[in-house]
Amino acid sequence: MVERFDCIVVGAGMAGNAAAYTLARKGLSVLQLERGEYAGSKNVQGAIMYADMLEKIIPDFRDDAPLERHLIEQRFWMMNEHSHTGMHYRSDAFNEARPNRYTIIRSQFDKWFSRKVREAGVLLLTETTALELLFDAYGACVGVRTDREDGVVHADVVVLAEGVNGLLGTRAGLRPPPQPETVALAVKEMHFLPQETIEARFNIRGDEGVVIEAVGTISKGMTGMGFIYTNRECLSVGMGCLVSDFAKTGETPYGLLEKFKAHPSIKPLLEGSEVKEYSAHLIPEGGFKAVPQLCGDGWVVVGDAAQLNNAVHREGSNLAMTSGRIAAEAIFQVKSRKEKMTKANLKRYPDAMDASFVMKDLRKLKDMPALLHTNSRNFFLTYPELVSRAMENYLRVDGTPKREKESATIKAFRKTRGIGGLVTDAVRLARAWR
Amino acid sequence: MSAMMNVRVEEKLYQNRYVVDAGRGHIKVAQHEKPSQNLLAMITLCPAGCYSLNEAGKVEVATDGCFECGTCRVLCEPTGEVEWNYPRGGYGVLFKFG
Repeated sequence: MVERFDCIVVGAGMAGNAAAYTLARKGLSVLQLERGEYAGSKNVQGAIMYADMLEKIIPDFRDDAPLERHLIEQRFWMMNEHSHTGMHYRSDAFNEARPNRYTIIRSQFDKWFSRKVREAGVLLLTETTALELLFDAYGACVGVRTDREDGVVHADVVVLAEGVNGLLGTRAGLRPPPQPETVALAVKEMHFLPQETIEARFNIRGDEGVVIEAVGTISKGMTGMGFIYTNRECLSVGMGCLVSDFAKTGETPYGLLEKFKAHPSIKPLLEGSEVKEYSAHLIPEGGFKAVPQLCGDGWVVVGDAAQLNNAVHREGSNLAMTSGRIAAEAIFQVKSRKEKMTKANLKRYPDAMDASFVMKDLRKLKDMPALLHTNSRNFFLTYPELVSRAMENYLRVDGTPKREKESATIKAFRKTRGIGGLVTDAVRLARAWR
Repeated sequence: MSAMMNVRVEEKLYQNRYVVDAGRGHIKVAQHEKPSQNLLAMITLCPAGCYSLNEAGKVEVATDGCFECGTCRVLCEPTGEVEWNYPRGGYGVLFKFG
């Protein structure tokens, strides 16, 4: 085995595969390390895949990528114990030749992506756990030590695509480890149903798909969300909350998931399903303020490892793919100028990220995490309850004059949050969103 | 109540595939007199139910059903109560769907 490469990519998830593929296509020698039996065997996501960001890497991915359904309908639900208030958007415009969003099953998708990466010329070592980064006397990263025999490999630059819980970069002090307040723990089950049952229950046909994302009393006052994504022959059903909130409340993640599944609005959708897998994963939730230094001498960090996740819009894999691609392009620039992989030269990567949608979106929403995390009871318990009561009051016809009904609803909001609280919440939300 | 929950999480794990590295747990709980609040929280928080309280009132971990998610690392590594590593290459959970 050649023990020296232009680049070593640690991890074969979305960011690592995007980086490895781009680097190899540009002619660099790339070693990719993956600790699982195959790429995807350790990866968990909801999952929604955004076509635009993959098109920029593999333009004709639709020819053979394992895609489940393209999304034509989004349902946002606000739930209390017995109801949900929904905002739905469904459009036939999403039935297009090159759809914008797809559901995918990560293990299968990652196997496909990994095949493309290897076809591009990357040497992939599976069943290989990266143990630590190696540095020279000047503090520049020069390689990786793995758990293979004679497992030291060297490269000009290491791409850290090691995921949200990556050990290498945090242990080397290149970035802080994730904090309980900046990561959510999500659990998920794969519920199998006949294809025609899914299509009937969700009012879809062919490859059409639906997403349900729900907040409310289901998270018991914690910052969290439940979801259902329709795949071809199964539903991804999950629930996630901030780790710091879980630690405070003593709730079990699987208990919350069971409660979500038993909700009267959810239960009929799952009836008769066969569960074939239960999984869990951390999700970066810290937003812009939690994004660490993206490069240094001999290294770059991409994807979840760099906390690149837009929690408000629930986008992650596209940020991962984009960061992997941009980092690879920056490395290629440095390499093609025959320059050294120093922090100053690799700065092309964070600079290009700043100019991209990734950092622009994260910067726009930089105050959202703090708002939602510190006011979680208001946003995830109080308001859903008030909204549910308002809707029930509005719809139930019982001889009460409308003016009295409306005044009761307004009174309930004022009494529960107070005028000051309502105004503060509205202003803070508007400012954080702006 | 918590026993009931444990039964349920074990049933969930039954669906999953693991390659267990027998005798080489990748997560270790440090010796302790009295578990901290964060370590105690892992008993309910661990999504695979790997943490339990023994008769001596100390927290134990059994990593056979572990998802390698890192929640316990996030909560308990900073204080040194948990020593956290990934399993050796090829071992641990193996997601069919992910």
